[in-house]
Amino acid sequence: MEWIGVLIVNKKDSRVLLEIKNLYKKYGETTVLDNINLSISKGEVIVILGPSGCGKSTLLRCLNGLEKIQGGDIIFRDKSLVNGDVNWQEVRQQIGMVFQNYELFPHMTVIENIILGPVKVQKRDKKEVMEQARQLLDRVGLLDRENSYPRQLSGGQKQRVAIVRALCMNPEIMLFDEVTAALDPEMVREVLDVMLGLAKQGMTMIVVTHELSFARAVADRIVFIDKGRICEITEPREFFTKPKTERARHFLNRFQY
Amino acid sequence: MNLNWQFIIDSLPLYRQAAWATLKLGFWGILISLVIGLICSIALYLKLKGLKTIVKIYIELSRNTPLLIQLFFLYFGLTKLGITLSENTCAIIGLSFLGGSYMAEAFRSGLEAVSRSQIESGLSIGLSQAQLVRYVIFPQAFSVSMPSVAANCIFLLKETSIVGAIAVVDLMNVTKDLIGMYYQTFESLLMLVAAYLIIILPLSMLLTWLERRVRYAEFGN
Ligand SMILES: Nc1ncnc2c1ncn2[C@@H]1O[C@H](COP(=O)(O)OP(=O)(O)OP(=O)(O)O)[C@@H](O)[C@H]1O
Ligand SMILES: [Mg+2]
Repeated sequence: MEWIGVLIVNKKDSRVLLEIKNLYKKYGETTVLDNINLSISKGEVIVILGPSGCGKSTLLRCLNGLEKIQGGDIIFRDKSLVNGDVNWQEVRQQIGMVFQNYELFPHMTVIENIILGPVKVQKRDKKEVMEQARQLLDRVGLLDRENSYPRQLSGGQKQRVAIVRALCMNPEIMLFDEVTAALDPEMVREVLDVMLGLAKQGMTMIVVTHELSFARAVADRIVFIDKGRICEITEPREFFTKPKTERARHFLNRFQY
Repeated sequence: MNLNWQFIIDSLPLYRQAAWATLKLGFWGILISLVIGLICSIALYLKLKGLKTIVKIYIELSRNTPLLIQLFFLYFGLTKLGITLSENTCAIIGLSFLGGSYMAEAFRSGLEAVSRSQIESGLSIGLSQAQLVRYVIFPQAFSVSMPSVAANCIFLLKETSIVGAIAVVDLMNVTKDLIGMYYQTFESLLMLVAAYLIIILPLSMLLTWLERRVRYAEFGN
């Protein structure tokens, strides 16, 4: 069945969109990311797995400048995000991020949340943005909630709005940091479905999750991190059936009863 | 009990005038307090070097000395140093000096209530610093600060009753004069209470309404 892997790779544009080279991240004296190397092609879906505290969130946060790094380089669309002048406002428009706790703005309605970035940051025409926002809301089944406040929505609904908010900026790549971890079990599905749909449409995504069957379904490659180091980068079928490292095996075992 | 209605009617104009004086005093006092408070809270929030220390000293000084003494210092003390300010100026400065620190604390607690993750959420969609302040930090901070700001406004209006001590013609002073001249103690005090109620009650209601309007913050995210 080796051809499946080949097929998946071929489906993707082989152009590298984001490249992480020898990345080091420290908090004070503690190294939390240790020599990370990873390159992501356009249209690829990377799922990052690893035990709690291994540095998954920190890695994502380094990619959109929420954390400074202490060594190495990040190349996004052929430009370094580390050396030289980096216009993070510009870069962040192209790197969408969705957080575990939604982080919608509580004082704005759903539609206001969504159009803030496109209208104020990207200076796009409000009418055109509203149209796009409504299309996206429709796609995630929330068109009727555009005038609700976040507090009036369920967790799953809030997270779908947060995804739409990031999407409406027309990003090149989307980062998802355990976006279903705060949700009640019955709401996890509705959010994962939206992400799966995005992946099928060819969105480039880096996903941190603990939903293993989702990871298996969506990932082109699984990146397994332990204690701040990448232990293995494997195609999902192989990772879940015969992981290369002892640590990954140990990690997977803990999910079985 | 028989009220001396004639006396009450005769002194109405005096009270009206004094009420205006009190209101004007309160208005300027509150307005300047808000400005001082905003500046101080931003200096504290952004941890601006130098300014932060000055602000801290000011807040301690202002909160830990009685208004009456601050007023005496401004009015009598400064005269001795050759600086003479009018009663009204003194009263407004005194009130603002007091109110500024209270407002600063109110705004600061609001600013600090805006979570780091909300700020990061704003950054992640590419907002600039100024846009972040305008669209994310201020609205949320304001909603948290609002109840304390409202309480401070009422507090400052009530404190205007003290400024009569430096001979500003306000409600308190008019009342004292009337009692001294005509011995109509009960009527005078009744009118004093009524005058303050008339000033403060509508303001209080307005502030409560405002508070309700901006109260989304306590529902969380
Ligand atoms: N601001 C910080 N200051 C110091 N240490 C930090 C800070 N943020 C994270 N860390 C540490 O860095 C390490 C990696 O944290 P990170 O949040 O990236 O882990 P994670 O893989 O996302 O974990 P989880 O699955 O629990 O979300 C942890 O050991 C954590 O304690
Ligand atoms: Mg994390």
